[in-house]
Amino acid sequence: MFAYVLRRLLYAIPILVGVNLLTFALFFVVNTPDDMARLQLGAKHVTPEAIERWKVEHGYDKPLLLNTRATGSAQLTDTLFFQRSAAMFAFQFGKGDDGRDIGNEIQTRMGPSLAIALPVFVIGLLVNITFALLMVFFRATYLDLWGVVLCVVLMSISGLFYIIAGQYFIAKLWNLLPISGYAGGIHGLKFILLPVLVSVVAGIGSGSRWYRTIFLEEIGKDYVRTARAKGLSEIRVLFRHVLKNGMIPILTGAVVVLPLLFMGSLITESFFGIPGLGSYTIDAIQAQDFSVVRAMVFLGSFLYIVGLILTDISYSWVDPRVRLQ
Amino acid sequence: MLGIGLLAGCSDSWNNPYPDTDAHANVLYSAFSERPKHLDPARSYSSNEAEFTGQIYESPLQYHFLKRPYTLIPLTAEAVPKPRYFDAAGQPLADDAPTTAIAESVYEIRIRPGIRYQPHPAFARDATGRFLYHALDVAALKDKTQISDFPQTGTRELVAADYVYQIKRLANPRLSSPIFGLMSEHIVGLKALGDALEKASRAHPGTELNLNDFPLAGAEVVDRYTYRIHIKGKYPQFIYWLAMPFFAPVPWEADAFYAQPGMADNNLTLDWQPVGTGPYYLSENDPNRRMVLTKNPYYHGETYPEDGDGADRQAGLLADAGKPLPFVDKAVFSLEKETIPYWSKFLQGYYDSSGISSDSFDQAVQFSAGGDPRLTDSMREKGIHLVTAVAASIWYVGFNMLDPVVGGQGEDRRKLRQAISIAFDYDEFISIFLNGRGIPAQGPIPPGLFGYVDGVAGLNPYVYEAHGGKIVRHPIEMARKLLAEAGYPNGRNAKTGEPLVLYFDTMASGPDTKSRLDWMKKQLDKLNVQLVVRGTDYNRFQDKMRKGNAQLFEWGWNADYPDPENFFFLLYGPNKKVATGGENAANYDNPEFNRLFERMKDMDNGPERQQVINAMLEIVRRDAPWIFAYYPKSFGLRHDWVHNVKPNLMANNTLKYRRIDPDLRAARRAEWNRPVLWPILLLAGSVIAIIAPAVVAWRQRERTTA
Repeated sequence: MFAYVLRRLLYAIPILVGVNLLTFALFFVVNTPDDMARLQLGAKHVTPEAIERWKVEHGYDKPLLLNTRATGSAQLTDTLFFQRSAAMFAFQFGKGDDGRDIGNEIQTRMGPSLAIALPVFVIGLLVNITFALLMVFFRATYLDLWGVVLCVVLMSISGLFYIIAGQYFIAKLWNLLPISGYAGGIHGLKFILLPVLVSVVAGIGSGSRWYRTIFLEEIGKDYVRTARAKGLSEIRVLFRHVLKNGMIPILTGAVVVLPLLFMGSLITESFFGIPGLGSYTIDAIQAQDFSVVRAMVFLGSFLYIVGLILTDISYSWVDPRVRLQ
Repeated sequence: MLGIGLLAGCSDSWNNPYPDTDAHANVLYSAFSERPKHLDPARSYSSNEAEFTGQIYESPLQYHFLKRPYTLIPLTAEAVPKPRYFDAAGQPLADDAPTTAIAESVYEIRIRPGIRYQPHPAFARDATGRFLYHALDVAALKDKTQISDFPQTGTRELVAADYVYQIKRLANPRLSSPIFGLMSEHIVGLKALGDALEKASRAHPGTELNLNDFPLAGAEVVDRYTYRIHIKGKYPQFIYWLAMPFFAPVPWEADAFYAQPGMADNNLTLDWQPVGTGPYYLSENDPNRRMVLTKNPYYHGETYPEDGDGADRQAGLLADAGKPLPFVDKAVFSLEKETIPYWSKFLQGYYDSSGISSDSFDQAVQFSAGGDPRLTDSMREKGIHLVTAVAASIWYVGFNMLDPVVGGQGEDRRKLRQAISIAFDYDEFISIFLNGRGIPAQGPIPPGLFGYVDGVAGLNPYVYEAHGGKIVRHPIEMARKLLAEAGYPNGRNAKTGEPLVLYFDTMASGPDTKSRLDWMKKQLDKLNVQLVVRGTDYNRFQDKMRKGNAQLFEWGWNADYPDPENFFFLLYGPNKKVATGGENAANYDNPEFNRLFERMKDMDNGPERQQVINAMLEIVRRDAPWIFAYYPKSFGLRHDWVHNVKPNLMANNTLKYRRIDPDLRAARRAEWNRPVLWPILLLAGSVIAIIAPAVVAWRQRERTTA
């Protein structure tokens, strides 16, 4: 197992280098260092000298990928790409163009992102599984039919609509919860309830339908028939046997997104004023802050790889037939 | 629902985003949609940053809160300085000496004694007088991420040297001050200081530059409370810069404090944790969530202005005359990126004032038969007030004067531009796209600035005419006639018969961009001229402008200071963008206009200056390098518990004048935010109604199976 994980982590290095290179290329195709300087210095009274000075101060005066003026290995190392990328593999993200430490910012913003994403993930999983099992329990009845119809309706509505409707009805019309905001600790509970509620409801449609499909597939298998033949109640069959076996695809699907919960949700965080990581990347793209964009893409890629490794490990845990070599 | 129920016991208003203990506190609540990038007065230049820096830092001068036109008055200075002029030999000259004879202007500023800085650890000293926090190592700073993590604070008196120190900071290459380029053209020796600092910065990349070791010929400390600034030649507009945070004092102790290793890694920099003498200091700085300004306990004190006009008195703006400032104890700014929650919270009373987004405009404002904006009944019932003001800004459509089709000074090109100017009906644009929030522009100078002429007397005769005492646009027939005279009868080239196709570059984006651009095409359709829109992003647009590749483009300008020079310089030949990288994006260059500009910029306001301005206006209106589109009008709302609100589009330090009635606010909030409980009961009932038949069905099935 250890050797397998280590091997997978080593495989991750070229992937991360590739992702980094791609981000770098895409960013600098759209934005030149001059563009970044202009955006940072503002629209007024910007002189070419000021742009040059800004580039020098922020290290953007170096060639992008190849320094033809340098000799030897410095041709590759004395470049913007190398200087900006090497430290990242030690998780030293440096500073954003606004002078704030990116690592510090990520640490600060991770908490609020998790405060929303984690309850949404856990509650959403429980609600979706329960709802899916109920539909399976009442399969081929009007309850199943209307359950599926409800799921399709919920799936068809834009996520933004849930947010706006939730804010309008719950916070504005009925005055039950704050419309937006965030606070740390126990005081933050009232701010978290609404985004969590909205996000869970928004996810019921797609989640429940998917889990229903998984459970329906399981329920037709021989071991279920055997369990019923033994005289077990339907509830026991569903919750003890079908759920346990159906958990394999559910778990693997859930584990892969687990690390990405740190990255937060852009729209939810933006509308509810949650100071998480979700909007950090978009803010950075809008501000043409390459340092932050690069760090966030790197972190996202790394967490995704971690998620895939965890998925493989979870496979071996939940299914004894799977062995990691 | 259980969670909501639990919260119910905690508060009268369940949706209150603030602690209940603050319900009657003298706190002003506001929001910011974009976190500020810089709070260092040498770097900060955006209006969203000025909202904070304006309250924290104090430049020597400020704008009078009530007087219009905008008037400069002393802030920390004892008086508004009058420049003294000297010739090349250093001999003093008379105040009315010709500009050509003036080699140097000297501004001597004397600040008031006894002004102290906000409490800050950078000033904290031990019993022996040594600084407590100027020799910290990285380990000592490990757990210090906020200024409040330093237990000891101190203060000291503001001295003239702090102002000189800040002027030097403008030249520090590590700060990349946006006005360094401009100021180095005016302040004696600033360019040389910038070069010296750049050299030193390159030689010692990891070391902090001690600005006190670098002399600046153009800024000298005369005594503890007096300093002088030497300006090359004559630059009367410099006085306005003295009212901006760029020229506010920065204590050297702050730079020394923040320069310590480990500080920047914890986001402890002057760019994020300002140190000033103003009425407020930044007590909480979490730009991802909220920023809090708290009353500076060492504030030197100032009183509410007593000299306003009759309209101010009638509006209740003189009710607090002579009372000590500031009124509000604390101002809480919450990050609110989206307009919907912002607007909803304003209506719930959780924000004291608000702008009006296009989404909520119809809900808030309606227009009378005479076209005057007024609040809707629902807003009036809530006691909300409407505040409007014309911004010191202009939006225009520029013609690239280097372009072979629309540019140049030939009579035919001029007529072409005039025809297009008439065709673009900006009265209609303001009505359709701005909800009436704008005034059609008659020239480059917006209302409220010297040089602007109101009414029929100030109309642009090449686009408008007077009709029954009103200003109306020339009929489109006149535009067609001009177009024909320009060589394009019915929109076709008279020589080749080819249709006239024009190209419009824009970086517009947003939900109504397409309709706006369609509207523009429609305007030229009236002349049978085709308009091709070339949408582009900000970077490419800037690039095109720099290279002169655009033909028609849309741009705007927001005044730095209330002087016509700040608008006319956008059309001054030597500022051409393609040739010099200046702000003259149209690349307009008329020698007569240039000559008049050079004369006008150095003149004092008065009839003579107005005469020169009128001549300049006539030239630019005739040449039409811009389609003068509109002067934007700002609409704002405030609750009736907020007092002393008068739009001052030049001043940034107006928070100190605001007064609120917290008890009225608390009562209104309680009244407007009573929780509605029936939806919870309805939801619970619905869940039971759904579950009950399911349980029954399950039991039946279980029995059947058994």
